[in-house]
Amino acid sequence: MTIAFDRRSLLRGAAGLATAWAAPRAARAQAAPPAGPFSLPPLPYPPSANEPHIDTQTMEIHHGRHHAAYVSNLNAALRDHAQLARLPLPDLLARLGEAPEAVRTALRNNGGGHANHSMFWEIMGGRGGAPSGELAEAIQRDLGGFDRMKADFNAAGLRVFGSGWVFVTVDRGGRLAIVTRPNQDTPLMEGGRVLMGNDVWEHAYYLKYQNRRADYLAAWWNVVNWEKVAARYAAAKAGTLGV
Amino acid sequence: MPFSLPSLPYSYNALAARGMCQETLELHHGKHHQAYVTALNGLIESKGLQGKTLEQIVAEAGRQGADGLPVLNQAGQHWNHCLFWQVMSPDGGGDKLPGHLASKINQDFGGLAQFKEAFKQAGVTQFGSGWAWLIVAPDGKLRVTKTPNGANPISTGEGTPILGCDVWEHSYYLDFRNRRPDYLQNFLDWLVNWEAVATFLQQGGMKTGQSA
Repeated sequence: MTIAFDRRSLLRGAAGLATAWAAPRAARAQAAPPAGPFSLPPLPYPPSANEPHIDTQTMEIHHGRHHAAYVSNLNAALRDHAQLARLPLPDLLARLGEAPEAVRTALRNNGGGHANHSMFWEIMGGRGGAPSGELAEAIQRDLGGFDRMKADFNAAGLRVFGSGWVFVTVDRGGRLAIVTRPNQDTPLMEGGRVLMGNDVWEHAYYLKYQNRRADYLAAWWNVVNWEKVAARYAAAKAGTLGV
Repeated sequence: MPFSLPSLPYSYNALAARGMCQETLELHHGKHHQAYVTALNGLIESKGLQGKTLEQIVAEAGRQGADGLPVLNQAGQHWNHCLFWQVMSPDGGGDKLPGHLASKINQDFGGLAQFKEAFKQAGVTQFGSGWAWLIVAPDGKLRVTKTPNGANPISTGEGTPILGCDVWEHSYYLDFRNRRPDYLQNFLDWLVNWEAVATFLQQGGMKTGQSA
């Protein structure tokens, strides 16, 4: 399933161009016109899909309030910056240094928040298990195998002090690495690409896990959709991976 | 161990009727604050903190920038929470401030409403985890500021905190979910212990009396 993360990256991405133009007029007319270039992608599954590991209420608030706020604040920050507003999100985030100082922090926080959460919804909704094929081989080669990857990823997520994310990055050669970023920063800001990532802001887990971030990190693997992650891995190697 | 978790100056359910439920206080004090204390005690030897007061440790860690963060994260959060418990009360909030604090706020902000608005703004605009503060600046004026994560105005050198509000999501997520502005408004209207703030103004800030 392809998710319309945001209209811009689809419109600008080479792969998305034909699809977007071919979309039937009626289907497009149904969507509320966004108050800017970016829009909140619908969750690709019901908010209960990740139960019992991630509760329905957390999913609803996380997507419908937190992510929605990043989208609307991002659009607001772009209101008077037509040229920046035309950039696909990965390019906007990689070129924050060129943005006017007055909106740079808003673009960083909210653009990062939009990118991170769009990725996050995409790679969840699954049933966990283990990666396979070429992705599993890359994990073995670069991260010491799946068990080691999970342990290192969880430990890195636990070390993030305050709000932030833990990611697996992927480069054009398919090489993987585990990194963390504070707040809504993302490796996209250095021109990198994210294979997968977990949100360790307290809002991601507080209703169900409270202060027990380690338990959340461990449980989260049960909802990873490895087919989606594998598709992202293939896209990264093909140079078509967006946010 | 040298550093210890101070008891709450009220019961765990004392603020429940005022927007901070028992579960929030139990987790926040008994789990989050306790974890900072435990982690800080674990750093004393490896970081050479013996003999220093908590306030010294926070200031020195702040001056060390990125190198000081492992200590500042725990020491700052220990200090910050010590203050936080003191500046809330089951009889808090309201508009009746001790005279000298009220006149100082009028003088430096133009009135209590203006101060509250500035403080709320600081808390709302602190992106991610952090704190909103009322401080006495080096020039003697009251100012509002904000800091990320475990930092505070002692570690940044901005001044002496006399009121702080925790805007980490763990402070308000059970009570207010994503609505941080409502949490801050509630804190200002119903929870602030103005007598404690007035005392800290008079005494030149809070001293925890704790040292490594």
